[in-house]
Amino acid sequence: MSYARDVGALTRKDLLLELRARDTLPAMLLFVAAVFVVFHFALPATPSRLATTGLLWVAILFTALLALGRAFVPEREQRMFDGLVLAPCDRSAIWLAKSLATLAFLAAAEVVALPLYALFFHRVGGATVLAVVLADVGICAVGTFLGAMAVATRARDLLLPLLFLPLAVPIVVGAVGGSVSHAPGRYLAFLGLYDLLFAVICWASFEFVVAE
Amino acid sequence: MSAAAATIRAVGRTSRIPLPALAAVSLVLVTASLLLVFYVAPDDANQGFSQRIFYFHVSIAITAYACFIAGAWKALRLLWKRDPRADLESYVAVHQGLIFGTLVLLTGSIWAKISWGHWWLWSEDQLVLFLVLFLFYCAYFMLRYSLEPGPQRENLSAVYALFGVVLIPVSFAAIRLAKNLIHPVVFTLHGPNFGGWMLVTYCVAQVAMLVLAHTLYRVELAGKRLDVRLKELKEVLA
Repeated sequence: MSYARDVGALTRKDLLLELRARDTLPAMLLFVAAVFVVFHFALPATPSRLATTGLLWVAILFTALLALGRAFVPEREQRMFDGLVLAPCDRSAIWLAKSLATLAFLAAAEVVALPLYALFFHRVGGATVLAVVLADVGICAVGTFLGAMAVATRARDLLLPLLFLPLAVPIVVGAVGGSVSHAPGRYLAFLGLYDLLFAVICWASFEFVVAE
Repeated sequence: MSAAAATIRAVGRTSRIPLPALAAVSLVLVTASLLLVFYVAPDDANQGFSQRIFYFHVSIAITAYACFIAGAWKALRLLWKRDPRADLESYVAVHQGLIFGTLVLLTGSIWAKISWGHWWLWSEDQLVLFLVLFLFYCAYFMLRYSLEPGPQRENLSAVYALFGVVLIPVSFAAIRLAKNLIHPVVFTLHGPNFGGWMLVTYCVAQVAMLVLAHTLYRVELAGKRLDVRLKELKEVLA
C-alpha cells in the first residue's frame, strides 16, 4: 500500500509542478496544432483517410517525444535525482509516477488534438480512440524509461528520439492498424500485449537505470 | 592495489580454445562454404544462379541474431551476477551483431535487386526487421559513447541490450502484422524443402559464419581487454 502512496505522491508532485510552471502542456498543444497545419500544406488537396491517419500518428508520436524529453528536466536542473534515489521508496515507483504524469500530459494534449484532427481532416472513430489510449500507455512507459536513460548521458535531449523511435515502430504498426483496419481487434490486442510486456520490463529494470 | 590486480586478472582471463586454432578453423570453414556454394550446390529451379546468395544471407542473419542474443545474455549476467567481464563481452557481441546485421542488409538488398528489380523492398520482412534492429543498435553505440566509463555506463548499456532481444520478436510480429509475406519460405513445418547438396551447403555456410563471428568476437575482445589491462597497469604504476 505504501508503494501506491509513494507513486501517488510523486505523480502529484509532477502534476503540481506543471500546473504552476506550465512548461510542457502549452508547448505540446501548440506543437500538435502547428504540425496539423504543416500536414495540410504537405498533403495533396483532398488527402485520403489512410494518409491523414498515418500523419495523425506521426503527430502524436512527436508530441509525446516533446513531453518525454522534458520529463526528467526538473530533476536534472534542480539536482533532485539524488534525493529521489535516496528516498526510502522502491525505485520503480519513480518510473511509474513519471510515466503516469507524462500519460496525463499526453492525454490532455490529445483531448484537444483529436477534435482538432476531426475538424481539419477526418472523423475519429471509436477504434482510433481505443488505439490512442493503448498506444499512450506504451509510449509513456517505454519513453519515460528511455528518458531517464537519456538524461544521464552527455547528449541528453539529442539521444532520446534515437533510443525511442526504433522501439516505437511496433506501437505505430499496432496503432495505425487499429485506426484504419476494418478488423482492428488483433492490432489493438497487439498494442495491449506490447504495453504489458514493456511495462513489466521497464518496471523490473528501472532500478539499474538510476543506480550509481 | 589488490583491487586493481583482481580486475586485471578478471579482465585477462584466457579461454579454452586458443585463438590461432579458432582462426584456422574459421578459415577452413569459410573456404569450404565458398567452394560448396559456387561449385557444388545445384542451381535453384526458380531463381537460378542468384539464389546462391541465400546461403550467405540467411546464415549471416542467423549469426547476427546469435550475436545480439549473446550480447543480451552477457548483459543479463552483468545485471544479475555483477560479472566484471560481462560488460565488455556484451559490448563486443553487440558490435559483432551490428557488423553482421549490416551485411544482412547488404546481401538482402543485392538479392532483392536481382530477384525483384529493386534495391529495397518494404514487403521483405527480414530486411525491414534488420533495418529497425540496425537503428536500434546504432542508438546503443550512441548511448554507450555518450556516457563516462563506469558502473552507470555498464548498467545502461546492459539494460538497453536486453531491450534489444525483446524488440526482435515484437518487431517481427509487428512487421508481419503490417505487411503481407512474399519472402521465399525456405523452412516449413515439414522440414527444409530443399535437400541433398543444398542442405549440406547451407549447414556448412551456417557453421562457418557462426565460427567466424566467434573468432572475430574473440579477436576484438582480446584487443579490448589488452587496452583495459594497459590502462590498469598505467594507473598502478602512476
